[in-house]
Amino acid sequence: MIGVHKWYGEFHVLRDINLNVRRGERIVICGPSGSGKSTMIRCINRLEEHQKGRIIVDGTELTNDLKRIDEVRRDVGMVFQHFNLFPHLTILENCTLAPIWVKKMPKKDAEEVAMKYLTRVKIPEQANKYPGQLSGGQQQRVAIARSLCMNPKIMLFDEPTSALDPEMVKEVLDTMVGLAEEGMTMLCVTHEMGFARQVADRVIFMDYGQIVEMNTPDEFFKNPQHERTRLFLSQILH
Amino acid sequence: MSTVVDTFRFVRNQQVEALPPPNLARGPIAWIRENLFSGPFNTILTLVVLYLLYVIIPPIVDFVFVNAVWTGTDRDACRAETAGHPVGACWAFVIDKINYFVYGSYPVTERWRVNIFFALLALGVVWLLWLRAPRRDLGAIYFFWLFPILSYILLTGGDADFSNGFWLGFIVLSALIVAGFGAAARFLNAPVKPAVLIGAGIVAVIGITLALLEADWGLQPVPTALWGGILVTLLVATVGIVFSLPFGILLALGRRSKLPIVRMASVIFIEFVRGVPLITVLIMANTMLPLFLPGDMTVDRLARPLIGVAFFASAYMAEVVRGGLQAMPKGQYEGAMSLGLNYPQMMILIILPQALRIVIPGIVNTFIGLFKDTSLVAIVGIFDLIKTIEASRIDPNWAAPTISYTGYAFAALFYFVFCWGMSRYSLGVERRLATGHKH
Repeated sequence: MIGVHKWYGEFHVLRDINLNVRRGERIVICGPSGSGKSTMIRCINRLEEHQKGRIIVDGTELTNDLKRIDEVRRDVGMVFQHFNLFPHLTILENCTLAPIWVKKMPKKDAEEVAMKYLTRVKIPEQANKYPGQLSGGQQQRVAIARSLCMNPKIMLFDEPTSALDPEMVKEVLDTMVGLAEEGMTMLCVTHEMGFARQVADRVIFMDYGQIVEMNTPDEFFKNPQHERTRLFLSQILH
Repeated sequence: MSTVVDTFRFVRNQQVEALPPPNLARGPIAWIRENLFSGPFNTILTLVVLYLLYVIIPPIVDFVFVNAVWTGTDRDACRAETAGHPVGACWAFVIDKINYFVYGSYPVTERWRVNIFFALLALGVVWLLWLRAPRRDLGAIYFFWLFPILSYILLTGGDADFSNGFWLGFIVLSALIVAGFGAAARFLNAPVKPAVLIGAGIVAVIGITLALLEADWGLQPVPTALWGGILVTLLVATVGIVFSLPFGILLALGRRSKLPIVRMASVIFIEFVRGVPLITVLIMANTMLPLFLPGDMTVDRLARPLIGVAFFASAYMAEVVRGGLQAMPKGQYEGAMSLGLNYPQMMILIILPQALRIVIPGIVNTFIGLFKDTSLVAIVGIFDLIKTIEASRIDPNWAAPTISYTGYAFAALFYFVFCWGMSRYSLGVERRLATGHKH
């Protein structure tokens, strides 16, 4: 991302964002609400449009060209706060839908891939249920598996644990840690600082649409440079 | 006064077993007391309703069953003076005229063709609506392609007699369509060959359809002026229902489109058609449609109200479907987009199946309204069921006091059976879809 700006009407949400993510890097983004964290990662797969600057994903620049947007979305997986599973399809169908229709994979192969990833997120036995029959944590794990089925090069997580009951946060985080350990490139908006400490290569702090601070987790937590970061950390780390 | 005792009062130290619900008083008398006579106001209401039922029900039963006349060949059977007893409904009249009510003036020797049409229609409806029917994909092809062709050939006699100019125009148009598909594919960077094949396939299907319609099947031609009765009512309703849903979906999507021209066109169409009474639409379709068409081209007088009804129902359907689309959470769009689905895939696979499910009651409501509105085609001189009854009830051969009531009762029964069927079916579908899909 080079010099990215975005406005909602008159409101300047993203202000001159510059960020270079290397392959295999795991980045955690935190910051107060309304600081533009979600907007920033949603720009990466063009769920939001940026108005100035350039965003280049794996060599493809995001413009108004629909074909390129589809290309980028194929390689970028995304996990949402509210899961966004398709309630009218079974778990298995949720996972095989995109491989079948976007990648034109034969149904049988797609189901094999889906079962592989469902096994990896430890819920293969739920494959024929509907999302409404699963707990929040299970649904979020399905959402992760659904994204993985497209074999993405990078995964975006938009507050994946904030809509979950405390009991279920851990199962989702464990899945994400597993993913990180396998070398997946990850951009993760979260306030789970334990997760950040454990796996992040870099932690980014955002405020007022700007990247205020970016550092390794050790430095970030022990020695925050910016006054605003210090205040934020003191409020969430009791 | 120790805290230990207090704590015991509030904290369970072992799991409480699940108990059966308390055994309330049951049985019919308890039910009546609880639901009909639970208080003075409720008791009065119950008594009033019972009295009203007493006033209304017996006369209806008398009219429809007890005093009804079931046999007879003319008015003498249904006049109290000649029959020698009070006469209620004169079902003999309906039985005598039933062929006219069903077929209108369709030639007697050719009515077997209408019967086959009814059978084909029933087959198609059952195939599509019975959710466990085998090969419903084939059913869809049958109902939306084969069945209309067969119906057209059966009912009109086929032999559409297109002019040479028509075929020339068709060939030119076909070439344009195939070329257009190729050009569009190149423009969108999609492979050109399959696109051209798809275009050629569409052209071929249309061509085969037209050729089948033009072929001479040796059936006696029956002009639409002779069609009537239930045949016309079902025809208009079927065409309206079949066209309104897909067309309404397109209009609803158009109205929510980001492209200003598409959105404007949809809004203008919907608001214009919805802002005008159906009777006006029908009269306009009847008198103004020919004005817009080139001089030598005519549209059949039955086809005009068909088009009018289809447009009218589409506008209403569009608004129903739009309601469903608006009820969809934004996350469903985002989930679909983040997986790389393009717009048509997102709509067809994710959004529409859920949105349409939400608005099943509204869709069926529109269908039921449409089914009853078909009786308005009588205004432009089409002999639907109501019009055939109107024409029969003044037949001097059947001049008797209760003839008109009987005719209208028959019409009411007919409409009620179909509308109630639709309503029950939709309830069944809703219940079936509700299991396991809830959020």
